[in-house]
Amino acid sequence: MQADLNVVLPEIVLSIYAMMALLGAVYTGKDKMAGMLVWLTAGLFVALAFWIGTSGSGTREAFGGMFVDDGFARFAKVMILLGAASVLVMGQEYMARRDMLRFEYPVLIALCAVGMMVMVSAGDLMALYMGLELQSLALYVIASLRRDSAKSTEAGLKYFVLGALSSGLLLYGASLVYGYAGTTLFTGIIEAADGQASLGLLLGLVFVLSGIAFKISAVPFHMWTPDVYEGAPTPITAFFATAPKVAAMALFARVVHDAFGGIVKDWQQIVALLSVLSMFLGAIAAIGQTDIKRLMAYSSIAHMGFALMGLAAGTAFGVQAMLIYMAIYVTMNVGTFAFILSMQKDGQPVTDIASLNMYSKAHPGRALAMLVLLFSLAGVPPLLGFFGKFYVLRAAYDGGLAWLAIAGVIASVIGAYYYLRIVFFMYFGEEREALDPPGSAVLWGFLMVSAVLIGVSWFPGLNLFGIEAAAQAAAATLVN
Amino acid sequence: MENVLSITTFIPLIGAAILAIFLRGEDDAAQRNAKWVALATTTVTFFVSLFILFDFDPNNTGFQFVEERTWLMGLQYKMGVDGISVLFVMLTTFMMPLTIAASWNVKHRVKEYMIAFLILETLMLGVFMALDLVLFYLFFEAGLIPMFLIIGIWGGKARIYASFKFFLYTFLGSVLMLIAMVAMFADAGTTDMTVLLRHEFASETFPLMGVTVVGGMQTLMFLAFFASFAVKMPMWPVHTWLPDAHVQAPTAGSVVLAAILLKMGGYGFLRFSLPMFPVGSEVMTPLVLWLSAIAIVYTSLVALAQEDMKKLIAYSSVAHMGFVTMGIFAANQQGIDGAIFQMISHGFISGALFLCVSVIYDRMHTREIDAYGGLVNRMPAYALIFMFFTMANVGLPGTSGFVGEFLTLVGVFKVNTWVALVAVSGVILSAGYALWLYRRVVMGDLIKESLKSITDMTRLERAIFAPLVVMTLLLGVYPSLVLDIIGPSVEALISNYDTALAEAHSASQIASGVE
Repeated sequence: MQADLNVVLPEIVLSIYAMMALLGAVYTGKDKMAGMLVWLTAGLFVALAFWIGTSGSGTREAFGGMFVDDGFARFAKVMILLGAASVLVMGQEYMARRDMLRFEYPVLIALCAVGMMVMVSAGDLMALYMGLELQSLALYVIASLRRDSAKSTEAGLKYFVLGALSSGLLLYGASLVYGYAGTTLFTGIIEAADGQASLGLLLGLVFVLSGIAFKISAVPFHMWTPDVYEGAPTPITAFFATAPKVAAMALFARVVHDAFGGIVKDWQQIVALLSVLSMFLGAIAAIGQTDIKRLMAYSSIAHMGFALMGLAAGTAFGVQAMLIYMAIYVTMNVGTFAFILSMQKDGQPVTDIASLNMYSKAHPGRALAMLVLLFSLAGVPPLLGFFGKFYVLRAAYDGGLAWLAIAGVIASVIGAYYYLRIVFFMYFGEEREALDPPGSAVLWGFLMVSAVLIGVSWFPGLNLFGIEAAAQAAAATLVN
Repeated sequence: MENVLSITTFIPLIGAAILAIFLRGEDDAAQRNAKWVALATTTVTFFVSLFILFDFDPNNTGFQFVEERTWLMGLQYKMGVDGISVLFVMLTTFMMPLTIAASWNVKHRVKEYMIAFLILETLMLGVFMALDLVLFYLFFEAGLIPMFLIIGIWGGKARIYASFKFFLYTFLGSVLMLIAMVAMFADAGTTDMTVLLRHEFASETFPLMGVTVVGGMQTLMFLAFFASFAVKMPMWPVHTWLPDAHVQAPTAGSVVLAAILLKMGGYGFLRFSLPMFPVGSEVMTPLVLWLSAIAIVYTSLVALAQEDMKKLIAYSSVAHMGFVTMGIFAANQQGIDGAIFQMISHGFISGALFLCVSVIYDRMHTREIDAYGGLVNRMPAYALIFMFFTMANVGLPGTSGFVGEFLTLVGVFKVNTWVALVAVSGVILSAGYALWLYRRVVMGDLIKESLKSITDMTRLERAIFAPLVVMTLLLGVYPSLVLDIIGPSVEALISNYDTALAEAHSASQIASGVE
């Protein structure tokens, strides 16, 4: 028991912190504490990330294999915690200015982080569902954090209804898997599905994957994404786009490899289909968008398609490519949302792309940073986004999915168009009413740091700061 | 100097960084400083690159000045030049100071303009020096970003359309090449081009979705690379982005585009397609030769019908690049020598022609041919220079234009007489459109009111043209300057190509004998 608790210590620390913070805030200053809580939570996230990142190697199991702490989980957790911490800090000023900074916000994010950490460590369908629901319930609430806005509540409700549906699918799939495998433990399922799986098990697999595909907003389970991205307050959207995506993607990898690693051929085609549909829908549907948050929603759908391409390869290198892709994706999105958060006119947030007209004239530094991020999102070398794409393309090709790689690059050309359109407004457009001067130094810092990382971390000598080797080790523990 | 290649490549980038960090303000002094910094940087780059040229040993057909460093994912940062690439490096460093000088009267966002050009120079130099597949792709593709901005920010009226078309067209071509690179990486286990040049890629014929692919993987890879280089070159029928980009780009952008960026396509054919996929190249040679012949005749005819001077020269570029692809795929000494010579010479001539257009555009702010006439009366010096480059463009013996066209025609005549026959008619057509353009713009009486007060070239303008005239003449009367440097490397390339083909043929004969 003692040993079991040791394994889940980070999760326990974070849960206790969240509950203490909740109690403390309720009995003392309520929303006056919120600003401090944001910093405190972010600080705790970073400390935990550091702790998890440096704490030993090897694989430990707890509660009879329901909870697994291995290199893969640690890699994903560090990414989740750092992403969540950045977004939390970035959004604080925005929320405070609009009177939305309630103490529930950091507390819910902390609980959501616990859910995500359980998700990526799940070694059992029950633990998986528990983590997923803890994360999702927290997300439903924070999506509608702005209670006086119809759009925000609509976003929350939509997300909740569709999320409940996907949970239902997942549970149904889990019950089928349990029925045909006789166990909910991944270690048991992989024995039951070794080389060949019964039809019932396959059906269960399809339903479980559909449920998780909903969380990573892969086509055809993406419908909620644009509306929720648009409706939720921007800091929440930034959160949606980063940590939960990493968690869901890591969970996806965990399920297909740990539980169904014996029948790669069976799920490979499903994942490849999800991937190609997501890439194309994300690229094509974004073309007509005028709202930058909606555009980022479609952009994230396309990016999830690329990450899935790595996973579709079904190899350790594929998982490594997916992890690196997600790390790059999170870095780019943190920077991009730092930029979006600073867009405002007359004190009101604006999300219309056209309002960026000739932004480069008034703020050359910020415009340049955004330019770097946009070209990186489009996957144009020499920026980091290209390397992410190169990893997954290689994985797909080596995994025998050359057609998927070709489809991917064609989608990326289509997708380049809408990123270029933002560049067009910032650099080539006609000069019209300008946006307010962006004041926040925190947002400036995040934007610049992520742009610099995107711009230079591939240099020979820096070599992605060792992320490559870490991802390789993480992938090796998952696929064996 | 051990790292002379890296130093040459990154000096412009350092210049750009200095401009970006230290230069503030938009006033006249700041603009002047930006121009001087850019000019100084490009000039220094040129002088440093002279070390490469003087230390280069033409008889060594391997790569020289090689630098190597590990990079992520098993890739390498590897640079080096051989007889094929060294002159492209020199062409780039030579043209850039002239390009900067030609933009002396840019007024709008000068600092960003100069930064864009300096970054572009680094990327172009990198393309010609990279010896790692992905490093090459990196430099090759990254050039799109500054060029997109140059056309989009400083371009003409329809610049938005032109910049998007330029970017998306070339991007689509290159991503297919990326897939082929991934396939090569998977097949050979390395991205080191020196190894890949010796690697034999599979060439067994196999069926793909009901189509029999003769030449197998090599043909597929060839086609993927072809998609990229043919767009870049540009070859008919994927040339349509070029006239738009040329017309809308600012003068310096057009010069860089015509003089250097187009050459990346030809360089790519010589560096990748021919030596790495000999069987694929052989299978596709008839197609490429006929596309080139069509390009030469068709785009020359289109050039005849143009009203806009820049557009006319753009189409003439496409026609001249047709000679280049034709020469490369003739795959013999004369053909490839001629193709490289033609690329170098076209760099000087087309650059000069775009500068000629900009001289009168700066005065009259129109490129319509009809708006001019009789310029010789008020601009004698201009008339002389313009005539010189018109003649060079036509391929008058004594100018460098002649050598390239002649050699490529000789080369292709040995391989495919019909293609040579069709292509030769392009020489006549090029005389047609170039001389007619000259007549309409320069000759005749000066009757247009607006032209009555036009002034002749300034000292700066003459100074820009002087080196170009010298080079065009020098290479025209003494082509060995270039041919001696490229000759041995081209010879090695061809003998490797022929050996690889002979091996593949005997292997396929044995295979069919077994059946």
